[in-house]
Amino acid sequence: MVEILERLGHRVECPEEIACCGQPPFNSGYWDEARAIAAPVLEKLKAAEAIVIGSGSCGAMVKTFYPELFAGTRYEDLAKQISSRTWEYSAFLVNKLGETDLGAKFPHKVTFHDGCHGLRELGIKSAPRALLGNVGGLELVEMKEDICCGFGGTFAAKFPMISTAMGEVKCANAAETGAEYIVSGDSSCLMHIQGLLSRQGKAMKTIHLAEVLNQR
Amino acid sequence: MNIFVSEFKRRAAEKTADLRHRQFIRSALRGYEAARDKRKGAFQSWESARQAAAETKWDAINHLGTHLESLVSKLETRGTKVHWASSGAQARDIITQILRDKNARSIIKSKAMTSEEIHLNEALEHAGFKVVESDLGEFIVQLRHEAPYHIVFPSMHLTRGEIRELFQRELGDAPSDNPEDLTMVVRRVMRQKFIQADVGFTGANFAIAETGMISIAENEGNSRLTSALPKTMITLIGIEKVLPRFADLALFLPMLATAGAGQMMTCYNTMYSGPRQPGEPDGPEEWHVVLLDNRRTELLADPEQRDALHCIRCGACLNVCPVFRNVGGSTYGTTYSGPVGSVITPHLRGLQDWKHLSNASSLCGACTEACPVKIDLHHHLLQNRRNASASKPAFFERLAYTIFGMVANDPKFWWLAKKLAWLAQPFQNLAKGTAVDPAKAWTKTRDLPPMPRETFKDWWRNRT
Repeated sequence: MVEILERLGHRVECPEEIACCGQPPFNSGYWDEARAIAAPVLEKLKAAEAIVIGSGSCGAMVKTFYPELFAGTRYEDLAKQISSRTWEYSAFLVNKLGETDLGAKFPHKVTFHDGCHGLRELGIKSAPRALLGNVGGLELVEMKEDICCGFGGTFAAKFPMISTAMGEVKCANAAETGAEYIVSGDSSCLMHIQGLLSRQGKAMKTIHLAEVLNQR
Repeated sequence: MNIFVSEFKRRAAEKTADLRHRQFIRSALRGYEAARDKRKGAFQSWESARQAAAETKWDAINHLGTHLESLVSKLETRGTKVHWASSGAQARDIITQILRDKNARSIIKSKAMTSEEIHLNEALEHAGFKVVESDLGEFIVQLRHEAPYHIVFPSMHLTRGEIRELFQRELGDAPSDNPEDLTMVVRRVMRQKFIQADVGFTGANFAIAETGMISIAENEGNSRLTSALPKTMITLIGIEKVLPRFADLALFLPMLATAGAGQMMTCYNTMYSGPRQPGEPDGPEEWHVVLLDNRRTELLADPEQRDALHCIRCGACLNVCPVFRNVGGSTYGTTYSGPVGSVITPHLRGLQDWKHLSNASSLCGACTEACPVKIDLHHHLLQNRRNASASKPAFFERLAYTIFGMVANDPKFWWLAKKLAWLAQPFQNLAKGTAVDPAKAWTKTRDLPPMPRETFKDWWRNRT
């Protein structure tokens, strides 16, 4: 991600202090604890012209949920400003920079998993496909349904049986496409899917969209 | 852990382990989804229709008092007796009293989720009345002494073979598992019940404030018989079922049928405006309408989640929900299951007892996307989680997030945590998925990714 943005001529900063956007406590209902993590994040991002996040889930947290989390606090305005400058990575490349061909080559058959936060909170569907469409040698085969992989953050640990069942459906849908790789813009979905695939000894692999786009 | 949570987890584990059940439910619900997508094409714009329906419901719910007054006064003008029930217990008492006044013994019912909500059948049977469900799916689950599996398709979890066995056992008849044969068995039994019944009981899909009418959408015609044959009719409606104008049905009837069942329209659509009027050839001599609150007004008082009262009980959110598709309807242990059930049950039956349903979601948002009246379902699950944690925080969970926050906010702690995780990994691999593994909720079915020797931040620091 960093290398691609730099090749396109942008200066990339990565504030080292930022470790987490605060989504785990937010989604569990602990909003005070979430603000304690999110407020320093806002401060660190203040100076950026654009904030690019390589995850639809963390992206939705900053873009969609920060304004809600900080409503009525002294961070409200800052949260709204940061929200308006925040982009999920593929949407930034396609919709903000107008770049769809990054000269990447990845001669494999792949399928794309839409992370639900990116898909439904941020409305990202066409941008990653536009990018993959220009990757040399890549064949994209769509799965038959847009359905959640079952990760869902703490849900995966609180209700592992449901999360696993949902993941099995996802893996079966992906296997039906005959793809070698499941590509996604969300590492957390991929961690869950890869965890299931590895445990079941499946050959199919997962890879983040940015890694595909950086293959030369 | 309260009993509702432990039972939910037990049933969820059981149902997710039942691959045949999962496959069966998933393919049936995907079928409804596909039929819906096909029927949506009959709307000039499904999205505009959703927007219009949502706006109509905003009007209906935001001016609920005015609309209810109009509904009641119009109903009473034509001789309907209207009763207000603020709780389930009160509704049960009102209905029992009407039955006693009529010296009724046998009651025929058409499908009504509100009656499930107030556990009416149990109460009436306990009071000595004979109750028969006339909707085919409801009749089947009644014979099995079960609650409906799905709010629109009560017995969808059963195969034809299972239904045949049930009929042979309970009705002594079922020549084959052919749907026509099974239906004919029920028809023979049911026609007798209709004739014998003293009172007919129905729910309602919509109540029209402007004209004082009740609208019932159905596919079997059993609701029409329920209202036409017995001398007395009782209708139980949740107060949120009000629509302002008669013309609103032109949108809501096709929308209800399309969103849930993928039908253009349900086969029978009836509007009731009162008991039999002088000179009319049919209809009940007496009609009682019971308006049920049962904590709906408490939800109305919550500006954040008031739109949950828009629900028209179409079942669309259940059909698309990946959680519902894997655990099935009976796992929830509630009258209203699926996403909408997870949103409203904590309001109707207590937040602390039922908050686990709001946690048992990946927040994927498929429900919100499917909802024909645009209820912000998955965000309401987040709000329920917030309200539950704020009013009664779990000590260890809050402590964990406080410590997590301290670690996440301090680069030195964060570095240390990563190094510790890296060091601990070989040991964790040994214990993987066993009882002593602290990450077993994850590792029982999934591998953890290997901790990299060089993290992104190491890479970042080293290059600059």
